[in-house]
Amino acid sequence: MSSEPVLEAIDIVKELGSGAGKVRAVKGASLTLVPGELTLLMGPSGSGKTTLLSILGCILTPTSGTLRIAGVDTTKLGPEEMADLRRKHMGFIFQSYNLFPTLTALENVRIALDVRGQKGFAAANRSEEVLRDVGLAYRLKSYPGNLSGGEQQRVAVARAIASSPSIVLADEPTAALDGENGHAVMALLARIAKEQHRSVLAVTHDPRTLSYADRVVRIEDGRIVGEERRPEGLDAPEIADLTKRRKAHA
Amino acid sequence: MILTLAFRNLFHDRIRLAVTLVGILFSIVLVAVQLGLYLGASNMITANIDHAKADLWIAAYGAKSFEDGGMLLTPRERHQALATPGVKAVIPLVVRFAEWRKPEGGSTRVVLVGTDAEDGGLVPFDLVEGTWEDIKAPEAIAVDKTYLNELGIKGLGDTAQIANGRVRVRALTDGVRSFTQSPYAYTTLNRSRALFGDSDNTTFYLVQLQPGANVQKVQHELASRLEGAEVLTHEEFRDRSLKQWLFRTGAGVALIGGALLGSLVGTVIVAQTLYSSTKDHLSEFATLRALGSSSGYIHKVILAQAGISAVVGYLLGISIALTILVFSRNTALPMVMTPGLAFWLFALTVGMCAISALSAIVKVTKIDPATVFNR
Ligand SMILES: Nc1ncnc2c1ncn2[C@@H]1O[C@H](COP(=O)(O)OP(=O)(O)OP(=O)(O)O)[C@@H](O)[C@H]1O
Ligand SMILES: [Mg+2]
Repeated sequence: MSSEPVLEAIDIVKELGSGAGKVRAVKGASLTLVPGELTLLMGPSGSGKTTLLSILGCILTPTSGTLRIAGVDTTKLGPEEMADLRRKHMGFIFQSYNLFPTLTALENVRIALDVRGQKGFAAANRSEEVLRDVGLAYRLKSYPGNLSGGEQQRVAVARAIASSPSIVLADEPTAALDGENGHAVMALLARIAKEQHRSVLAVTHDPRTLSYADRVVRIEDGRIVGEERRPEGLDAPEIADLTKRRKAHA
Repeated sequence: MILTLAFRNLFHDRIRLAVTLVGILFSIVLVAVQLGLYLGASNMITANIDHAKADLWIAAYGAKSFEDGGMLLTPRERHQALATPGVKAVIPLVVRFAEWRKPEGGSTRVVLVGTDAEDGGLVPFDLVEGTWEDIKAPEAIAVDKTYLNELGIKGLGDTAQIANGRVRVRALTDGVRSFTQSPYAYTTLNRSRALFGDSDNTTFYLVQLQPGANVQKVQHELASRLEGAEVLTHEEFRDRSLKQWLFRTGAGVALIGGALLGSLVGTVIVAQTLYSSTKDHLSEFATLRALGSSSGYIHKVILAQAGISAVVGYLLGISIALTILVFSRNTALPMVMTPGLAFWLFALTVGMCAISALSAIVKVTKIDPATVFNR
C-alpha cells in the first residue's frame, strides 16, 4: 500500500545554541512519512532525534533544508503559522506525558480540541470516544495525578489523536513506562497508524518497540545512516495478537 | 476550556489565590474608602450650594467658599443686578461664622445661614422636625440633629445665644453635616442680619435668570456692572468651594493620594502573584503551544485568570467597603458610595488586573514550545 507522503523533509540542518556553544545537531537529514505507517527513529543519545522530531513537528525551524507538510512548504512561516500547521496536522506524545495536572483525563483531551476551536458537546463526545478507544472509559474523570504512568500516556495518546491529525509524533513514548505498559502504548500507536491510516513517527531507544514498526530509520550524529522496512503484508505478531483480542472483546 | 483552565490554575495554589484576593480586596477597600470619603466631603461642601436655586452667584470679591463670604454686599449691588437685562430675581443670602454660646456655658462656632424661603433661593433642606414656618417664629432657628451634643442642647425648644441675640431651636434637619466642623444654623434673613447687628447687607446674591437668558452673557454683563463683587456660575462657585476645602487644606490631596496608592499597591500585588502563577504553569503553556494553540489562546487563559481574580476580589472588597460605610454614617466624615463609584471601582479593578496580566503575558510570549521535549 503506497500513498502520497504527508510529510517530506529534505536536507534538514539544524544548529542549536550560539557562539562557542553552537552545536550542529542535525546535519542534513531527509525523511518522508506516508499514511498508515508506524516509523521508528532510533539512534544513540545526542544523535539529534529530538531535534529532528521538533523540526518535523513544526516546533523548531530548520537552519536550512526544506520541510513540506501536506504539500505545503514551511520554509518562510512565522510562529503563528507554524502553530496553525501543528493544529491542523499534528498530534504530539511526550516522554513525560505533559498532561495538565489540574484537568481531568477528559478535559486534557478536550483542551486539545478547544485550541482547534472545537467546543461544546461535540468536543466532549469526541474526547470521550477517543478515551474509550485507548481503553480509559472508566477513567474519564480522573486527574493525571491519580493515573498510572501507562494510563497517563494513553490519555496523551488520546489527546494526540482526538483531532484526527494526519501525523502523530512521539518522543520516547515508552521510556518512562514498564514493559507491559510500554507494549500497550506501542500497540496502540501501531493500531492508530494501521486502522486510522495516519503517519506515526516515534523516537525511541527501546528495542522492545522494534516489533511494532513498519519501518525503522537510524540516525547517528545528526545524519540518517540507514533504513529497514518490514516486508509488506506481514503484521507484527503483537499487532495480530491485539487485533485478535479486540475482536474477542467485541 | 479557557475559563476552566484559568479557574484550575488559580485554585491549584490556594495560598497564592488568597494572597491575590487579599491584595485586590485591600486595594479596593482602600480606594473605596478614600474616594467614598472624598465624595462624602464633596457632598458636604457643596450641599448648600447645590440646594440653592441660583443660576449665578454674586459674592464679595475673593470669596473662597460658601462659608467665606463676609457681609460685604449692599442693596446697591442688588439694584444694579436687578437692572441687568435677563435677570429675573436677585435673592439675598447671609452666610457667616458666628459664636454659639451653649445654655450651660461654653461656646462653639456655627455657620449661620439667613435665608427667606419665600424668595425661592435657598430653602433649608432635610428638615425632619418642624417646618419652614416654624423658623419664621420669633427667635427661631433650625440646626442639625447630629450636632445637638456639640451645640450643648437636647432638641426642640432649647435656647442658646448667637452673636447678639437669643435663639430657640424650632426645627431640626438630619444629616446636614458640615465639612468645617462648624454646624450650620438656619434662620430668616432678617433675623440673621439682626443677630449680626446689620440691617441690609448680605453675603451673597442668588441671581435667577429670565427664561431663555444666556447665562454667560448675563454673567459677563453683571461682572462689568458690579465693582468689588464677583459673579460666578453655579459650577464655578461649587468648584471654588471644593478647591478651597479639599485642596487648600490638603484633605482632598490626601484622600486622592491614598486612592492612587491603593490602586498601585493592588496592581503590584496582583501582577506579582499572576506572574508567579504563570511561571509555575509555564511548562503547561509550552505544551499548549506545542499542541498548536495560538498565542492569543494562551493570553486569554492568563487574562481569564486576571478577570476571575478581579471579579472575586471586587465582590469581597466592595462588601467590606459597604460595611465600613455603614459604620462611618454618624462620624465627622461619613463615607459615600454611589452606583457610579461602585462601577468605577469595578472598572479600576479590571484595569488593575489587566495591567497586572501584562508582565505574565510578556513572560509567556517568550516560551519556546521546543522545551516540551527536553523534560
Ligand atoms: N538548546 C541546545 N543548545 C545547544 N545544543 C543543544 C541544545 N539542545 C540539544 N543540543 C545538542 O544537540 C545534540 C542533539 O540533541 P537531541 O536532544 O536532539 O539528541 P537526542 O538524540 O534526542 O538525544 P537523547 O536520546 O538523549 O534524547 C546534542 O549533542 C545536544 O547536546
Ligand atoms: Mg531526545
